[in-house]
Amino acid sequence: MQCEECGKKPATVHITKIEQGKKTDMHLCEQCAMQKNPIPLSTNFSVQDLVAGLLNSGSVGPFKVDIVQEPKCSICGLSYNKFKTSGKFGCSNCYKIFGDRLNPLFKKLHGNITHTGKLPNKAASKIKLVREIDKLKQDLKTAVNNEEYEKAAELRDRIKELNYTEKGDVQ
Amino acid sequence: MSNWIKGGGPSNDIILSSRVRLARNLANTPFPSMLNKENGAIVIEKIYNEETKNDIFNNYTFYDMQDTGFVDRYVLVERHLISPNLANQGSIGAALVSDNEEVSIMLNEEDHIRIQSVLPGLRLKEAWSTASIIDDQIESKVDYAFDERLGYLTSCPTNVGTGLRASIMIHLPGLNISSNINKILNAVTQVGLTIRGIYGEGTEFIGNIFQISNQITLGRSEEETIDNLTGITEQIIDKEKEARKMLLQNNKTLLEDKVWRAWGIMTNARCINGQESMKLLSEIRLGVDMGILNNIPTSILNEIMVDTNNASLQKRTTVELNTQNRDIIRAEEIRKLLLQQ
Repeated sequence: MQCEECGKKPATVHITKIEQGKKTDMHLCEQCAMQKNPIPLSTNFSVQDLVAGLLNSGSVGPFKVDIVQEPKCSICGLSYNKFKTSGKFGCSNCYKIFGDRLNPLFKKLHGNITHTGKLPNKAASKIKLVREIDKLKQDLKTAVNNEEYEKAAELRDRIKELNYTEKGDVQ
Repeated sequence: MSNWIKGGGPSNDIILSSRVRLARNLANTPFPSMLNKENGAIVIEKIYNEETKNDIFNNYTFYDMQDTGFVDRYVLVERHLISPNLANQGSIGAALVSDNEEVSIMLNEEDHIRIQSVLPGLRLKEAWSTASIIDDQIESKVDYAFDERLGYLTSCPTNVGTGLRASIMIHLPGLNISSNINKILNAVTQVGLTIRGIYGEGTEFIGNIFQISNQITLGRSEEETIDNLTGITEQIIDKEKEARKMLLQNNKTLLEDKVWRAWGIMTNARCINGQESMKLLSEIRLGVDMGILNNIPTSILNEIMVDTNNASLQKRTTVELNTQNRDIIRAEEIRKLLLQQ
């Protein structure tokens, strides 16, 4: 039997639909079937299921979790194993308790493990400073690579200046 | 009426609205999924109290979910002010909605605080700065759960970092009619964006309206995220315009036929269900955008999209509506709105 849609390929997918008491049959090739009934992108699949799936895929975490030493959050009581099935943290302290073993998960979800966005005003202005220095260092590298030595010198001086301020903050 | 429903803004023939959502949590407090009623109320009190009522929320309406009826909750969902999740979960949740409905804040949804800002057209940057200002105001009153390395800490690891979800509601009938939609949708998911139905996660695609949003929240700044989404959206807009142009060039009569048939049914039907009306509304919107139908303001189309949903229809009457009654009232309401000019 040929595909009813394209008429070219053999029909390998047979769909029977019953809607409002009316039965319809469709005989399609795989490609046309995919187009007619695309796999729903988000239905029946919660984010939590996906996260839990990633955590259980085996490759997450540098070591196997030992039941005896299983970390448990001291504030909300959530265990790492429970987190692995629910995919949700219980409180902000869980991040600290589960620590570095979360990094592979973040890497999979975001491709990164370090925040580079907004900082709350109350968070020390020091973070902003360190970040600015990091950014200037990047710019410096680019400037040197592009042989823009004048700009590089300016950046170098600015970094020195900021480094000084940062150390001053610490003292 | 919500500002985004009034329509307007850049690229408003394709982009219905731009939305930015920020997820925030209080420091040293279990996330909402771990809170009982009592502690849930304490969280709300920390954010919405006598002081903040005057300082921050003087132009806001407060909805405590446990005192808000089911229909009223769903009206808020249909107006895109709260998520279905908050409406369903109920007992510890609350919402603050600004008078112009540009900003809404959900309390004790998945996170303690979810700030949302919505604007018509492609205006993600503005939506971000509006949300960021409210964010700063709230932060001045409470301590956020924030980590130097990981950023804003959220209940779900998919939101950690910026806690930012930027999304646009986009109408793509041209790409759908010309069977190019799957190509675009596939491409979009490959560049780190997701596509959802119009009421968010897990909802279906109806009436050629899609919600496209960023997925990555860690390691990308808010500005980068928004620039990235805006850039990709602009490309999709170009493709949609191209598809519309091609349809007009090659299938003009068929296109006009589609639009006028939709107009015919929508202005004459005496009984219409939500799904059919959304489909036809998309065709009418296309007709308006392409100059086939004239003198119909976008606001009317947005009003039909929002106000002829089940809960909003129920809200209008004291009688409990069954499916058939509802479809009759929906048809009436649509006729009234489309023929009023």
